[in-house]
This record gives sequence, C-alpha cells and structure tokens, in this order.
Amino acid sequence: MLRYTFHRLLLMIPTLLGVAVLVFVLLRMMPGDIVELRLLMDGGQVSPEALATERVRLGLDKPFWLQFYDWITGIMVGDFGTSMWTGRPVIEEIGSRLGLSLQVAVMATILAVSIAIPLGTISALYKDSWIDHVVRIFAIAGLAVPSFWLGMVIILLLLYNFQWIPPLTYVPIWEDPIHNLSQLIWPAIAVGYRYSAVATRMTRSTLLEVLQEDYIRTARAKGVYERLVISRHAVRNALLPVVTVIGLEFAFLIGGLVVTEQVFNLNGIGKLFVETVTRNDYTMVQALVMLVAAFFITVNFVVDLLYAALDPRIRYR
Amino acid sequence: MTMVSPDAAFRPRQPRHPVIEFARAQPTGMAGLAFIVILFVAGVFADFVAPYDPLTLDYGAMLAPPSWEHWMGTDAFGRDVFSRIIYGARTALAVGFLASLFGSGIGAAIGVVSAYFGGRIDMAIERFMDILLSFPIIVLALAVVAVLGKFPVGGLDLNLIVAIAIPMIPKVARVVRSAALAIRGLPYIDAARAAGYHHSRIIFRHIAPNVVAPFLIMFTAFIAQAILLEASLSFLGLGVTEPTPAWGLMLSGTSQEFYSQAPWMILFPGVAISLAVFAFNLFGDALRDYLDPRFKV
Repeated sequence: MLRYTFHRLLLMIPTLLGVAVLVFVLLRMMPGDIVELRLLMDGGQVSPEALATERVRLGLDKPFWLQFYDWITGIMVGDFGTSMWTGRPVIEEIGSRLGLSLQVAVMATILAVSIAIPLGTISALYKDSWIDHVVRIFAIAGLAVPSFWLGMVIILLLLYNFQWIPPLTYVPIWEDPIHNLSQLIWPAIAVGYRYSAVATRMTRSTLLEVLQEDYIRTARAKGVYERLVISRHAVRNALLPVVTVIGLEFAFLIGGLVVTEQVFNLNGIGKLFVETVTRNDYTMVQALVMLVAAFFITVNFVVDLLYAALDPRIRYR
Repeated sequence: MTMVSPDAAFRPRQPRHPVIEFARAQPTGMAGLAFIVILFVAGVFADFVAPYDPLTLDYGAMLAPPSWEHWMGTDAFGRDVFSRIIYGARTALAVGFLASLFGSGIGAAIGVVSAYFGGRIDMAIERFMDILLSFPIIVLALAVVAVLGKFPVGGLDLNLIVAIAIPMIPKVARVVRSAALAIRGLPYIDAARAAGYHHSRIIFRHIAPNVVAPFLIMFTAFIAQAILLEASLSFLGLGVTEPTPAWGLMLSGTSQEFYSQAPWMILFPGVAISLAVFAFNLFGDALRDYLDPRFKV
C-alpha cells in the first residue's frame, strides 16, 4: 500500500510536467501577444521601440526554452511570477479569488450529495414505480440543463417572487455568514443540480447491482430487518463508485464555475480564467491551468486511496 | 415416434427491422430519437419553418413579449426569438454532430492503435491521454479556441468544432482501447497475423468492426455534451459569434442586460438547449442498454 502510494505520487510528476509543456506551447501559439493587446488597447499609436522594451521587461524576448526553464524553476521554489496584465503576483491574484470558488464548490458538493444518495436509494428500492420515474427524469434533466442558464432562471425567480437579487459584493463567510450565504447559495444550487444528477444516477445503478448480490439474499434469509439490509449491507457497498463520481465531479466543478461565475458576477477563479485567456496573460493562465490540473490529479489520487480504505477487498500493489 | 410438423409457435421469429426492435425495447429512447428527428428537420428546413428571417432587425418591435405575431417574443434588436431558435437548431446540430464525429473518430482510432500495438506506443499514448484528461473539458476547449482563432467555412467555425472535439478524444480513446484490448487477445487475431496480413488490414477489418458498439454509444453521448459545450462557449463569447443564431449566444450579450425585463429572451433558448440535450441523453442511454447493457459511459 505504501509502495503503491509512493509510486502514484511519483507518477504525478511527469503528468504535471506534461500539462506544463502543453499549456506553455498552446499559449505561445496564440495569435497576438499581451504587449500589443495592452499598449494598443485604446487604439493609440505606440512606437515599435516601446513594444520592444515592454517585451524585454516581461521576458518575452527570450527564447522559448529559456522562458520555460525560468517558469518551471520558479514553480519549484513556489514562485509563479507576476501577472503580465496587472503586475501583481499571480499567487495573490489567485489567492484572493480561490476562497470564493472553493466555497461554492464545497457547498454544491454538500448539496448534491445530500440530495443524490437518498434519491438514488429510493429510486433503486422502488424500481419502476412512479417515484423511480420521477427521480430518473429529475436526474436525466439535470444532465441536460446548462448550469449558467439555471443560474439566470434562479435570479429571475428571486426577482419576480421576492423582488430581491442576491448581494453583489463578496464577503468572507467568517465576517458575515448571512450575507455570504445569501450570495453564494444560488450559484451552488445552479452547479449542484447537474452534480446531484450524476451522483443520483450512479447511486441508483450501483445499488440495483448490489441488491442482486448473494449476500443480500443471505442477509434477508437469516431474518435481518429490511431496514438494516438496506443501510448496512446494500448502501454501504453501493457507495464506492458513488465516491469516485463525487470526487471526479468535484474536481471538474471548477469547469462548471467558469461559466456560472459570469452569470452571478462572482469574482472567482473561473471568471479570472476567462478574462486572462482573452488577455493572453501567459503567467496567469499557466498558473491557473497548473492549479486546476494539480487539483484534479490530486483528487483522483485521493479517490483511489479512499477506495482502498473503504473497501478492504481492494489492495493496490 | 411421430413426426411433428413445425408448429407456428416453434417457427423462428421473423426478424423485424432493427428500428422497430429498438422502439419496442426502448420506448423512451425512441421518444428521444423522434425529438432529434424533429429538431433535425426544423434545422435543415429552417428557411421554410421559421416565420421570420433570424437576422432582420425590427426596431418597432424591440423586446416585444410573446404574442401571435412573435410566438416567443423578440430580442433587444426586435429579432424574432422563435425563428432564431429554429435556425439555432441548425447551428447546434451541425456543431454537435461534427464535433462528436471528429472527437470520437480520432479517439477511437487512437484507442484501437494503442491497444493493437501495445508496449511502448501504448504507454506513450496513454500518458499523453492522461495529460489531456487532467484538464477540465471547458478549460481545454477555451484554450484551444484562443489558440486557433476562427476559421469559418460555410457559416460554421471549423476551429470551434475542433476545440469542442479535442477534450472528447482521450475519453473515447480510453474506452475503445479497453474494448479493443479484449479483442486483441482472441485467437483469430493471432491467426490473422500468422496469415501475414498487414497491420492496417487487421486493425480495420478484424478489430474495428468489433468496437463499433462502444463507439456508437460514445458518439451519441458526446453529441449531447458537444451541444452543451458549444452553448457554454458561445455564452462566454468565445464560440459562435453574432449574428449567427445560436442558442448559447442568445443567452449572452444584450440578453444579460435585459432579461429581467424580457425573460422570454432567455427562457426559450435555455429550454431549447435543455430539450435537445435531454433528447440525445435519452436516446444515448437507450442505445447503450440496447447495444451493450454492461457498458457505462
């Protein structure tokens, strides 16, 4: 187990390095560069010399391999550089927005899991009844409704029914929990719906499989209360794949936030990502992509370990 | 012993048309397919179906609510929302089909090649797919859109299609690879190699036909995802651009400013996206259950 953990940790390094190379090359292939974008923004005339000095200042005149080397060695010592657009350290720019996005992601997860597991269980237990059909329609619709549109509909409903719109300024939860929650619960619902749909479907299908197992019949045959058969024997065993789905979806939630943050005008890392991509802010995009990829790979890794921890039959070597 | 003449009950059942078989086994999937066909017809014959031209501005009827003249109201430029939704179906289906075809085609090819050759080639391909898989779909698509820029051909932005297809490639490759690996171990592949067939012949004639089921399942599932992704990108202003009618685009721009006064501007396009994706999901799920019940996307 320990060897497996170590091996997997080592494997993360080449994958992350690959992500770094890929994102670096992709960015350098983008048409136009940030210097032209920023200095010619107002349509003004700027001398070629000014453009050149600006490129030297940002290090864009160096050969690509040297830029890459500087960047990677910087990351090794925790220095992600400064944003080419604002001039502030990348870490600061991301740090000030990460809290908001993470909070929405965590809230969406809690919401999704607390809806999905009971719904999926009921749906599987009453397979082919009307309640199962309702749950399945709820779930398959959740995969179809775009979260950003759901966000707009939520805002409309709040506006029409309560003549109220969520607060626009972000306040950390420890400063004013009511203000914070009344702003962030709506985007959490918008992205959480899809998430709960995926988890509900997974819970239902694995529980249906588990209910066919011999040990369920054995438990019933020896007279275990049905309630205990479901909660101890069936649901516990069915939760493993659900844990995987929850983990993977959590990692991908950042993707869902890219669009939904625009609707609610939240200044999170999703919005930051869209802004920086359109500005060709190399250092910023690089850092954001690395952050998201590292997060995703780590979640994947933790899910695999959790698998072994939850199911003693699984042993990694 | 008496000879029993073949009784009607023992006569082999007449094979029915596969579409009828499918409709019997999967009624919800058939409903999804029916809606897809309606959308398809509406998209193809948009010129005849849509009551108005989707691009004509009518400043006399800006932000008009739904009425007999404009069933779904008009937008901030007085353009008919219903007509734009009909034309939007064309965009959504074209981008969805092409992106999914491209993504699952390349992904399947990579998966089969990777499984067939194995060894170092397989290792290298798998590692590269791992790298692609560690990007959230939309982040990768956004990056590709930004790099490639626009390349419109006949009103369709081919680079957008490529950007939507690329995040699908590793997923399809992984599934098809595992299906192909199972086939690669079968004796008839060894026999084909012993007979001296060329690699390409074995791949195309002996392996590829056997991975068609997972390929078809992934292909339909990804049409739904492609439609959603196109809507998201267009919403962000990085997908389909004005004035081309597209559902995601109808939710952005001036709609963002006016939707609290004119909710029909956003309600109907959102319903259109949801219904289209819903139909493809219904059909895709049914196709999966019909072709291969063990398989999960």
